[in-house]
Amino acid sequence: MSQIQHAVPDAPIRYTQICTRSSSCSSPQTSSSAAAAGTEPPSCTGHRGRTPRRKWQVFPGRNRFYCDGRVMMARQTGVFYLTLVLILLTSGLFFAFDCPYLASNLSPAIPAVGAVLFVFVMGMLFRASFSDPGVLPRATPDEAADLERQIDSTGCSKPPPRTREVLINGQTVKLKYCFTCKIFRPPRASHCSLCDNCVERFDHHCPWVGNCVGRRNYRFFYLFILSLSFLTIFIFAFVITHVVLRSNRTGFLTTLKDSPVVVCFFSVWSIVGLSGFHTYLISSNQTTNEDIKGTWSKKEGKDNYNPYSYGNVLTNCCAALCGPLPPSLIDRRGLIQADTPQTAHQSNGTGGGSYAPTQLHSHMVGGYHPGWLQHGGGTSCQFCCFHAAKISFVPLTFYIY
Amino acid sequence: MAETHSLQDMRQQAAVAAKVFIQRDYSNGTMCQFQTKFPSELETKIDKQQFEETIRTLNNLYAEAEKLGSQSLIEGCLACLTAYTVFLCMETHYEKVLKKIAKYIQEQNDKIYAPRGLLLTDPIERGLRVIEITIYEDRSFSR
Repeated sequence: MSQIQHAVPDAPIRYTQICTRSSSCSSPQTSSSAAAAGTEPPSCTGHRGRTPRRKWQVFPGRNRFYCDGRVMMARQTGVFYLTLVLILLTSGLFFAFDCPYLASNLSPAIPAVGAVLFVFVMGMLFRASFSDPGVLPRATPDEAADLERQIDSTGCSKPPPRTREVLINGQTVKLKYCFTCKIFRPPRASHCSLCDNCVERFDHHCPWVGNCVGRRNYRFFYLFILSLSFLTIFIFAFVITHVVLRSNRTGFLTTLKDSPVVVCFFSVWSIVGLSGFHTYLISSNQTTNEDIKGTWSKKEGKDNYNPYSYGNVLTNCCAALCGPLPPSLIDRRGLIQADTPQTAHQSNGTGGGSYAPTQLHSHMVGGYHPGWLQHGGGTSCQFCCFHAAKISFVPLTFYIY
Repeated sequence: MAETHSLQDMRQQAAVAAKVFIQRDYSNGTMCQFQTKFPSELETKIDKQQFEETIRTLNNLYAEAEKLGSQSLIEGCLACLTAYTVFLCMETHYEKVLKKIAKYIQEQNDKIYAPRGLLLTDPIERGLRVIEITIYEDRSFSR
């Protein structure tokens, strides 16, 4: 009897049955009790298809997970593979055809610097594509019910307002209610309609990277496009140098006959332009979403200013690039426990203990007009889409042979 | 009498009466802060000062996690220079503070909340949206 007593001496005995240990350290107990009850142990790999073991397998958003939940991407990844192929192809041709000549005739540092840049670009691309952008987990049924109670208590007959106003640094910001995730979105968060998730500090959904760009991976995205700009300029400059040097010796036409030349002209300007745009956004501490909607522009009103900006460019840059990296809020690789509250289901709210993967779509609550469905995630990488349209009609790399 | 209770048995014995959710306070921006307003459901259960002290300490800890100080800057620059591979062997500052927060909540639950029939849930388990306080039924167990 005394083993379970961990209360202070003068506390009532009746509350010793409350386990104060968190759910994360209860997994060995749960799996052992499940094994004792005769069910299959979770580690049995042969039955992985039938019983979901990890939380990513029942994640309600439209994402794809690889490597047992370590990698998280959007559903449409075709354009990401295109990005990969283009970068690998351009760099591969540069290293294969131009570097030997440049290393022997100019300096071996050229391919070395190129290699470092290339590795950095790939690293940042993978980091931006594969990491959680800052997805907000959906509300548990209890939370959703509590919020509904609070909202309903404010209004009587007409649909109650699904917005909350908050004063941030003297600026009034409206927090919108997300019908899919059943939460009031934090400031700067937005719901991505492609991934069907609310993302913190939502910038845009980038098809080139195959993921949303949000709070957790914005710096990787920015470093990716910045280093890619340097890489493309580097390759472009040295390819031209190669052609010039060779043609001095053997003539222009002979040079073109002897070696294939890769010129990535158009991509240079679009990537450099995008880097410049994001440098402006970082220095003013804005997201693409806010900039496109003109949330903080002076046109909205004389007193309209960005309440999140630190005031000076350097602090804004430091905050965006060198600030603390927040952890992922969705426990992708966590083990599912029977008593873990599942996220709110679509219609009948029978969540809690259910192992079936949930297909959540935006829906109306209580018969409200669809006009209340305000998903702010319509910005799906408009700049990227513009460049994609431009580039798809113009060859990114072309050979002159 | 030697007793080994599984987690499920323990939670089933103490029945949940209600849940209170402490929402986020966004008046300072997107920083993780919780409202210190004392909910009416807890009036009979716990002292207001105690509750506010807990929330204030949690707010301070979260502020420390997200602080833009010299340590986070150095960590950020080092990480960038190593193409973020340094985090394969090192924990981020935020993660270290989250561990501190988990320990603090554990301590508060053990010393203050559980004896009063309450249980704080670590906000990280709710996506840093709310602090969930579970109120257990006032039932006496004869053992």
